[in-house]
Amino acid sequence: MSIELKSVSKKFGAVAAVNDVTFSVNEGELLALLGPSGGGKTTVLRMIAGLELPTSGDIFIRGQRVNDLSVRQRNIGFVFQNYALFKNMNVFKNIAFGVKIKKWKPADIQARVEELVQLFGLEGLEKRYAHQLSGGQRQRVAIARALAPKPSVLLLDEPFGAVDAKIRQELREWLVTLHHELNVTTIFVTHDQEEAMEVSNRIVIFSRGNLEQIGTPREVYEQPRNEFVARFVGVMNVLDTEVAGGLARVGELEFPASGHPDGTKVRIGFRPYAVQISSDLTAHRYRAVLRHTYFLGVLLRVELELPSGLILRARMSKEEYAQQGLADGKPVSVNIRQYRILGSDSESLRPEVATMYDTIVGAGEGI
Amino acid sequence: MAVKRFNPLPGFGLTMGYTILYLCVIVLIPIAGLFLRVFDLSWAEFWRLATNDRALAAYKLTFGASCIAALVNAVFGTVVAWVLVRYSFPGKRFFDALVDFPFALPTAVAGITLSNLFAANGWLGRFLVPLGIEGAFTRLGVVIALTFIGLPFVVRTLQPVLENFETEVEEAAATLGAGRARTFFTIVAPTLLPAILTGFALAFARAIGEYGSVIFIAGNKPYHSEIAPLLIVIRLEEYDYAGAITLAVVLLLFSFALLITINLMERWASRFQN
Amino acid sequence: MAGYVSKKNQSTIQSRRGTEESPRAKWLLIGVCGVFLAVFLLLPLANVFAQALVKGLDVYWAALREADSVAAIKLTLLIAGICVPLNTLFGVCAAWAVAKFEFRGKSLLITLIDLPFSVSPVVAGLIYVLMFGLQGYLGPWLDAHDIKIIFAVPGIALATLFVTFPFVARELIPVMQATGREQEEAALTLGASGWTTFWHVTLPSVKWGLLYGVILCNARAMGEFGAVSVVSGHIAGVTNTMPLHVEKLYNEYQGAAAFAVASLLALLALVTLGLKTLLEWKQAREHALAQRGAAPETNPS
Repeated sequence: MSIELKSVSKKFGAVAAVNDVTFSVNEGELLALLGPSGGGKTTVLRMIAGLELPTSGDIFIRGQRVNDLSVRQRNIGFVFQNYALFKNMNVFKNIAFGVKIKKWKPADIQARVEELVQLFGLEGLEKRYAHQLSGGQRQRVAIARALAPKPSVLLLDEPFGAVDAKIRQELREWLVTLHHELNVTTIFVTHDQEEAMEVSNRIVIFSRGNLEQIGTPREVYEQPRNEFVARFVGVMNVLDTEVAGGLARVGELEFPASGHPDGTKVRIGFRPYAVQISSDLTAHRYRAVLRHTYFLGVLLRVELELPSGLILRARMSKEEYAQQGLADGKPVSVNIRQYRILGSDSESLRPEVATMYDTIVGAGEGI
Repeated sequence: MAVKRFNPLPGFGLTMGYTILYLCVIVLIPIAGLFLRVFDLSWAEFWRLATNDRALAAYKLTFGASCIAALVNAVFGTVVAWVLVRYSFPGKRFFDALVDFPFALPTAVAGITLSNLFAANGWLGRFLVPLGIEGAFTRLGVVIALTFIGLPFVVRTLQPVLENFETEVEEAAATLGAGRARTFFTIVAPTLLPAILTGFALAFARAIGEYGSVIFIAGNKPYHSEIAPLLIVIRLEEYDYAGAITLAVVLLLFSFALLITINLMERWASRFQN
Repeated sequence: MAGYVSKKNQSTIQSRRGTEESPRAKWLLIGVCGVFLAVFLLLPLANVFAQALVKGLDVYWAALREADSVAAIKLTLLIAGICVPLNTLFGVCAAWAVAKFEFRGKSLLITLIDLPFSVSPVVAGLIYVLMFGLQGYLGPWLDAHDIKIIFAVPGIALATLFVTFPFVARELIPVMQATGREQEEAALTLGASGWTTFWHVTLPSVKWGLLYGVILCNARAMGEFGAVSVVSGHIAGVTNTMPLHVEKLYNEYQGAAAFAVASLLALLALVTLGLKTLLEWKQAREHALAQRGAAPETNPS
């Protein structure tokens, strides 16, 4: 176990930024802390680093309780959102800073910096200053600087926040490769669920200071523990209704709701990929009109309108779209093959097992 | 000075014309007049007047005392700016406002009150004079007055720089194992240095020309505690116009050189900004 | 934090965040700062009033009511009354031309406007003596027409104009530059005349910066010593401004009287500082309000 947090809380004055958070990180893992801004994820990262002190709870790094260790003694590598490169030092000196402080021999320092410069593709930039580097180069220098003293864990705060969208994709892939090569325990903070899904081994989801769920990308997507996670990770159709006669009805849609007594308010949720669409009007139970198609790349997002006026969001591949001969304004038949009953009186509801229903359909407002 | 491209706003001709006229009448023509008068003198005469012993002693004191005062301000001004930006303590806002006091207080008033403070029976003098520290009517007095005059420059130049300083950079140094002192001297200080130097130069430039506050506290003994601006006044009172003009030109040229240096320095400092 | 914290590592814990000094270093720095400011700012200020009142209130009032003091106060007000409006007018014109228009030589013009700041006050006085004094360029002509400038009020006014020349302009230029041109252009498209635009659009948006410059200009105009000293001739009751009167009294060993007049000038400095702080506060508040006002537009929901 590389890092462990036990009932860690942090209050800024009366405001609770982090609320009784417990989780652990495995050696060599690449972990994402995901959540909306103000969710407490950066505070958690800073507490692990020692840049903030927990109000209560314990933090362990490699089995050692580090609450009383200063940031200088924790042997962590921290990459700041805006990189925080030393402006008065060139690239070489920036990277050498940490090992110099550890009083390495000059020859070892030289070798270590050269090794990192090579690993990070910074050859020829050693004498440059921060203002002479591109955003991507700055980030690589910042990571190289953090890694130079061989930290036991690498912490990154919104590592892709400060670069433009084009380079971001490149950097994500690069980070995955880098992690694969170095195998150093890495924790990064992000508010972008796509980024977290793509890069990390596991995701920790925060909201308003609470840990909502921890799991692999697949787990949090397919088995969200509560509505917040479900809605935050990926798109979801959500609909409020009431159970009557064992069925939750929304417009023409009917969802079997066994186990929910009549009159209970429930919330039905389903992913866009769970919506089946066919141009064969007899293929599925419900009829709808394809209202609008959004081209996102390989995948398309389509908006369907049911006769009752309900709007569903669905997702399909380009090939399937073409095969079916779909177009805006075309009538289609629709089925919802998988849905979850989320309940409605609280945000976290019993994790209803999602089951396959062949002919049952859900409806909802798109998110 | 031609308008480069179309601008629909009115009043350029009028305001620009008035600006240049007023600038010429009040500033440029009188200064030009001073330089023209220098050409009445032969080179040898100018050199003799500019470099006689009394003048040399006056330059030495003016530049020396100004330099020391600006150095004192560079050190303590940095401390003051740091404390005012980074810490909170009772009376902080009051002290912050008070830093501009030397800008607002007439120099003559500064002169008499400082002189009185450091005199043998003054609030500070009664403790310092027995220790052999004589602040009034000595060269030390010149330094004291010039320190007072230049106090706001370093603080006010440094404050915005410190306020915009990313604390992340300091945190980065800490995560790499650097101690507080090391972080300050290897990371923070080099970044602040251009601003400190600019503040130093501004305080220095102001001190060179200062007259009012110094003459009350300096003692004004020729060859010993007589500053250059005072010597100009003395020459003028002796109707030695050539002497006064020569000293004035030397002082003015030095000030202009300093002005250019400060401008270049500020440009150099912007190298570190993104 | 769980558990017991020994005294020994308390300072490490306080400084652990990595961006803070240990409390000991912090309070040491605050102490150094406090002592430095006390010696160089607080004590001199307090000393002015202490010395002014050292012989009692009666002597204080008598010194202020004395004929020469009254004359000096009147002259100082007159000089400020001449110089502040003139330099304000100049400052507004210069700021309009520099901030709202593009032209070659702009940075040179700004440097020239700042020039008087780098001229010794004594030299400032001297250049007017050389222009208008008996030995000066215009001296003989002025003498023949019986016009007195040097050793008279006009000379004092001119020297003061010179030393206070940049104040309003240098405060106003950055403020006007920051507000940009769009508001004026909008007013023009709505049919406003240039004058109306300036009066109702430009001036209100820079009023705090303008006031700020005026206050600083006024403080310097009333307090100038060196330049005025060279051109005044030191005729008591006629050409002595308050600072010159302070000098005269001080040199005549009338310490209490000198400090009495000086206390008025110190009071002026305090009022100036107070107004300055108030203006900065108002400006910051308006800025904050403007920012908050703009927020809902960028984020409609």
